[in-house]
Amino acid sequence: MSAEFKTSKPIYSQIADRIIQQFVRGELHPGEKLPSVREMAIQSGVNPNTIQRTYGELERLGVVETKRGQGTFMTEQNEMKLKLRHDIQKEMIEAFIESMRSIGLNDHEIYESVNQSLKRSDHES
Amino acid sequence: MIMLEGVTKQYGTRKSLQDISYTFEKGKVYGILGPNGSGKSTMMKMIAGLVYPTGGKILVEGKPVSRKIAASLAFLSTEGMLYQNFKVEQMIHFFATQYPDFQREKAEELLAFMELDRRQKVSRLSKGQQGRLKLLLVLSRNTDILLLDEPFIGLDPMVRDMIVKGLVSFIDFGRQTVIITTHEINEIEPVLEEALLLDNGRITAFCNVEEVREKDGLSVLEWLKTNVKKEAVL
Repeated sequence: MSAEFKTSKPIYSQIADRIIQQFVRGELHPGEKLPSVREMAIQSGVNPNTIQRTYGELERLGVVETKRGQGTFMTEQNEMKLKLRHDIQKEMIEAFIESMRSIGLNDHEIYESVNQSLKRSDHES
Repeated sequence: MIMLEGVTKQYGTRKSLQDISYTFEKGKVYGILGPNGSGKSTMMKMIAGLVYPTGGKILVEGKPVSRKIAASLAFLSTEGMLYQNFKVEQMIHFFATQYPDFQREKAEELLAFMELDRRQKVSRLSKGQQGRLKLLLVLSRNTDILLLDEPFIGLDPMVRDMIVKGLVSFIDFGRQTVIITTHEINEIEPVLEEALLLDNGRITAFCNVEEVREKDGLSVLEWLKTNVKKEAVL
C-alpha cells in the first residue's frame, strides 16, 4: 500500500491531506463520522499510531472533532470548509507559478497562457 | 521490554553479531533491515531463546532469555514451522495444543481473512498460502512479543499486501512488541515505528520512521541507502 504514499512527507500528514481534500471536494460531509482509528489503519495499511496522529493533527486544526465515546467527526462549521478550500487553492497556485517560472515564463506569459487555456476549455464545455 | 546488552554471537571464528546493545520498548513495531548474512536471523533466534549469546546478555522483562520464553513469545521463522503431512486444520489444532494462549476464534477469523482452505494439506499449499498459514499461526497467539523473521520472503506483491493488511488488522498495537526482519521495506514501512539497520553483525544505524520523513524528507528505503552501500542492500 505504501506506493500510495510519497516518500518526502510523514505518512500521518499525507493521510490528513487526503481527508482534507475529500472534505473540500464534498466526498466527506460536515458532521460525518470518520472510520475508527483501527478501521482507518486497516483501510490505509498503516500503523494505528499513525492514524491517531492524523486525527490529533486534524483536531488541532479544527477540521475534526472527537466526541468522547462516539468517535471522530468532520467539523460542522461551514467557514472551515471555505478556509481549507482557500488554503488548498493558494498552495496549488503557488506551486503552479513556481514551476512555470522555473521553465522560464515571465508573469505576463503565465497570465496569458492561463487566460488562453481558460477560454479554450470554456469553448469545449 | 527486550534489552540486549553487549550481545555477541560467534560461530567458530565467524562473528555473527558483535557487541549489540539495544532496547526494544513494549508495544512498538520494529523493523530490522540489512543485507543477507548481516545477523538479522541470529538476533531473532536469540530473542526467541533458540540460540544463546557467546557474550553479553538478553533480558526480557528483566529476566535472562531461556528456552522457556517460547511459551510467551510467538516466532514466525523462515523454516521448520509447518508439517508437510498435516492439513491446515491439523496445523491449527497442533498449535492450539502446544500453546495455552492460542485463540481458536482468532484463528477462525484469520482463516477467512487469509482465504485458506482448512481441509488442504500443507504440502499442497502454494508458497504464498504457506506464508499466510504461518502468519495465521503466530497471530492467533495472545503473546506480548511477536517476532516475524522474513514474513515476505518469496511472496508476490499481492500476497505481501494481504500480509501487511493482516498485520494491521490482527496485531494488538500498544501491547504487543513486534519485531520484523525484512528485505521488502516498501510494503512494511507504513506499519513500522522504528527501524534499525544491521550490517556485518553490528547495528550501524537506527531511526524513527516518521521522524526520518519529517526531518530528512526520506523514506526508510532512502534512509537505508544513505547508510549502507547500495549494492549491499539491493
